[in-house]
Amino acid sequence: MTSAVPGKGLGPVETGASRAAGERRFHAGGPPRNPSGLALISVMVGAFATLASWATLLDLRTALATVGVAGLAIDACLIAFGIIAVVMPLVPAIGAVAKARRSSRSLTVGDLITARMEAAASRKSSSVALGLVASQILILLAILFLIANDLAVSKTFFYLPLMRDSFLLILKAFWINIYIFMIAEILVLVWGLAVAIARLAPGPGGRPIRLIATFYVDLFRGLPAIVNVYLIGFGIPLTGLPVLKDLSQESFAILALTLTSGAYVAEVYRAGIESIHWSQMAAARSLGLSHLQALRYVIVPQGVRQIIPPLLNSFISLQKDTALVNVIGSIDAFNQSIIIASNHFNLSAVTTVAIIFFVITIPQARFVDRMIERDRQRMRAGSK
Amino acid sequence: MALIEIRDIHKKFGEHQVFNGLNLEVEEHQVVCLIGPSGCGKSTLLRCINGLEEIDAGEIRIHHERVTGPGVDVDALRRDVGIVFQAFNLFPHMTVLQNVVLAPMKVLRQERGEAEHKAMALLTRIGLEHKAHAYPDHLSGGQQQRVAIVRALAMGPMVMLLDEITSALDPELVSEVLNIVRDLAKEGMTMLLATHEMGFAREVAAKICFLCEGTVHEEGTPQEIFGAPRKERTRAFLKRIIDAGRL
Repeated sequence: MTSAVPGKGLGPVETGASRAAGERRFHAGGPPRNPSGLALISVMVGAFATLASWATLLDLRTALATVGVAGLAIDACLIAFGIIAVVMPLVPAIGAVAKARRSSRSLTVGDLITARMEAAASRKSSSVALGLVASQILILLAILFLIANDLAVSKTFFYLPLMRDSFLLILKAFWINIYIFMIAEILVLVWGLAVAIARLAPGPGGRPIRLIATFYVDLFRGLPAIVNVYLIGFGIPLTGLPVLKDLSQESFAILALTLTSGAYVAEVYRAGIESIHWSQMAAARSLGLSHLQALRYVIVPQGVRQIIPPLLNSFISLQKDTALVNVIGSIDAFNQSIIIASNHFNLSAVTTVAIIFFVITIPQARFVDRMIERDRQRMRAGSK
Repeated sequence: MALIEIRDIHKKFGEHQVFNGLNLEVEEHQVVCLIGPSGCGKSTLLRCINGLEEIDAGEIRIHHERVTGPGVDVDALRRDVGIVFQAFNLFPHMTVLQNVVLAPMKVLRQERGEAEHKAMALLTRIGLEHKAHAYPDHLSGGQQQRVAIVRALAMGPMVMLLDEITSALDPELVSEVLNIVRDLAKEGMTMLLATHEMGFAREVAAKICFLCEGTVHEEGTPQEIFGAPRKERTRAFLKRIIDAGRL
């Protein structure tokens, strides 16, 4: 150990050379841990998964035969699937064993570097094999669930003839959902921004407006959407108020969903506006722009860019909430599918609705991602 | 007659007394530099003149008009008093040209064509006409600060307040910004600068004010302040600056 050098502010510094030999050792150069145990486990688990796959495929073949789906083509598909199931996890598992053996062989001849590299490669192959097995087992469980009890699950949820026959009817009813959420989304964009700006009204004069806006957000964020739809959809016609009572059921749904979703979106907007540094407001005001002009041209355009992903979240949840209109009797896709389901004592039409809702969200998510990316490329330096 | 008159202003941030009876005058066409240790209120003073901060007591007059206290139309005040910030504060979602024409169009109600024509003339003067359609993030710090100066100039202000406008810049970019200020000074623009660039202050300023403990502790020509400071605190401050190799 060296002592501190006088005149230098640094304390004693330990260096490898300054230590007495044998006082401390460098351990990273030792022999590798033996990877063969892990390799063996992955082979065994892989073999078990393969057997389970074949057993399940046999069950599947029997089940399909009971609904008349059988023949050479089906068998060929099942065999092909079975072979893939065998090959997938077993290849890396067997590779892991081979590498483990090469590793121990290198170790016996004293080739430490090769031994270490082979051992690492073996462990990596084992982990690939185990990962494949895990996902294979999850898929097997799903298949078992679908074919259990003579295909009961499949027939209840995925009865293809009924899905095919009812598809157009449901698609037509889905128009109601689209109509409601399209109009509600436009209203929510405007209404949410208005509430957010009200919540940020400056000075003592803005205080009552701030309080009312806060109360609105608390109220409609806390109120279950289904209760809100019910209250407005049935309540307003009962009040007998002129004009309002004569609106269509869809209009009540739009109103209710705008009020609920507007409360969430107002908070999203507020987060976006508050995320813009105050110096931007100072710069805008220093040029003579009024508070509202500064919001309109400087703060909100920047804030909105920050909140597009959470805004899409709110929109998707609004789209799904359009299914709630069934409580006030609108014949939307969900309500239509319930009618079909009770007529046929089978839920497959409802599954169709589920699939449609799921499918429409995906292009929106991709579209928004692309939009954000394009905007970023335009404005930011160094982003590709 | 002074263009800016600051009379006995007081201001507190909580317990901290920022101004304690501060007096200052800026003549028309005069360049005045504020120097002093950080936290002495240089930036706050500029922000008060522009109405971005309020003062507790005293008054500020511009062109004999009182611009502090209740009832003052701060938006109208800011049309005539331009300010440039240390951190540029350009609007990142707008191009350079859009940054410059926003206030002339929305506040002065200029037509787009007229505003853009004037903006391009100003951008050409500072040699950034080729960046008119670039976004601020694609510009260097020095270029951004030059655009920020042009953005303030586009409003045709009577006074420019410059708040440590070179502090956030890499050293080699400082001169391109100071050259613009130098040109403005030659043209007779009335300017009040908070700055740490002592060499530049000595060159362009008609008057140097050393701010300390909420007042103008000492003021005089650059020769007086840098050559023969009378007050002990001024000497101590300048010695620290010289020790740091900044003068």
